[in-house]
Amino acid sequence: MIFKSISALGAFIINVISGLGVFSKFTWELFCKSGIALRRPRLVIEQVHFIGNHSLLIIAVSGLFVGFVLGLQGYNTLSMYGSEEALGLLVALSLVRELGPVVTALLFAGRAGTSITAEIGLMKAGEQLAAIDVMGISPLRRILAPRLWGGVIAMPVLAAIFSAVGIIGGWVVGVLMISVDAGSFWAQMQNGVDVFSDVGNGLIKSIVFGFAVMLIALFEGWYAKPTPEGVSRATTRTVVRSSLAVLGLDFLLTAVMF
Amino acid sequence: MILDSLNLQVKKGQVVALIGGSGSGKTTLLRAAIGQLIAKKGVATAFGQNLAKVNPDKLRQIRRRMGVLFQQGALFTDLNVFDNVAFPLRELTNDSESIILEKVLDKLDAVGLKAAAHLAVSEISGGMARRVALARAIVLEPELVLYDEPFAGLDPISLGMTAQLIRHLSDRLGCASVLITHDIDESFQIVDQVYMVGHGKLLASGTPEDLRGSEDGYVKQFLHGSPEGPVVFEYPDTPAFSSWLSKRKEGL
Repeated sequence: MIFKSISALGAFIINVISGLGVFSKFTWELFCKSGIALRRPRLVIEQVHFIGNHSLLIIAVSGLFVGFVLGLQGYNTLSMYGSEEALGLLVALSLVRELGPVVTALLFAGRAGTSITAEIGLMKAGEQLAAIDVMGISPLRRILAPRLWGGVIAMPVLAAIFSAVGIIGGWVVGVLMISVDAGSFWAQMQNGVDVFSDVGNGLIKSIVFGFAVMLIALFEGWYAKPTPEGVSRATTRTVVRSSLAVLGLDFLLTAVMF
Repeated sequence: MILDSLNLQVKKGQVVALIGGSGSGKTTLLRAAIGQLIAKKGVATAFGQNLAKVNPDKLRQIRRRMGVLFQQGALFTDLNVFDNVAFPLRELTNDSESIILEKVLDKLDAVGLKAAAHLAVSEISGGMARRVALARAIVLEPELVLYDEPFAGLDPISLGMTAQLIRHLSDRLGCASVLITHDIDESFQIVDQVYMVGHGKLLASGTPEDLRGSEDGYVKQFLHGSPEGPVVFEYPDTPAFSSWLSKRKEGL
């Protein structure tokens, strides 16, 4: 029994290490084949449109509701200290530094990440990737690289939209519904939010999350078993792994940045 | 080991059929010929180059001289018929859009689907999809075309037309063609040479007439689709099956 447990633990560790090795090799190859993003920007623009457009609605609606909640919760807490005027600052910093990049990345993993994994997995199952390979065209270069860079570009744009809509949500609740002073709401935000340390770091976070989610989504699709069950498992793994990666990276980046 | 002691050659302008029962290793041979599988022993050469020893860039260059028709067609579902056929031209040539239009419509005309150029892949039948895939495989006018079950799922008219098309293309382009097929009657009308594989070995080879006149039991059984002969229809009983069955019965 003990030997079996040790053996299972050993096998698990070996699997994790070899999996990380395969992922690193895949990432390296994908970066090496990314020149196409510069040579044929149209392919990347198509992906930005596809990935961004399809995620826009869920991101905007979520941002609005997160803004509403921040407005309400923030007002309740700040009013205990008589600092309701700082509501705008609280909402903006929460969104720009943390919630914007993180929640957008989680939603992005669920919406765009899964669709990319399923698309690549089904292309593999339908021999489309093999057909491209046999034509003498690298599928990594032609299919995967434009999707990676499309996702990486779309992610910070979506995070910015999330934060902007969230601030409007906070303003609706705080200023229009609870009657916090509009001048204080915007002035405190303007004074307290720094372009580089807050907005800039939020931007860096969302770019890092974009890389993480897209690399995991593409990796899972590329190595998916070419069966309906295999593709379904790969899409599930994309959500789980990219969500955990986003949360883990957020902790590391926050520790370094703030 | 899937295949052993096999030696096949295809020459320019030849149409060769590779026949054999299901699971006999025909598709494995095709994948070795295009460098998707590297043989543990033996050599697969294309255009005089050993596919196991060339670097990825060289392999890509070799593959650009080949056309492959996959069993499932492997059409890109997000592109329409025209864009599917135009894909290799757009990716691998510097042709202008007007030349691409001309070339693609020419190839679609050859497979009888010129007027279907605007349709989405989801709007065409399985047989039509296979013909579109055929047009895509030959659009770069390759020197070697490999067809994996080109007649599967085609109606009798399309089947006859496709067979004639394969012969015609081979004659016109001077390309070598390899057909993996189960369709004896149609393929024997157009091929120059037939190779029959089975049990992981080359069982017979020669012209269609040679094979029709063969006295080999396997060849005769396969060509006539007879249930009696060296190839048994039923999967043989194995100790693994007996053990599995007894465990199942114990569990009932």
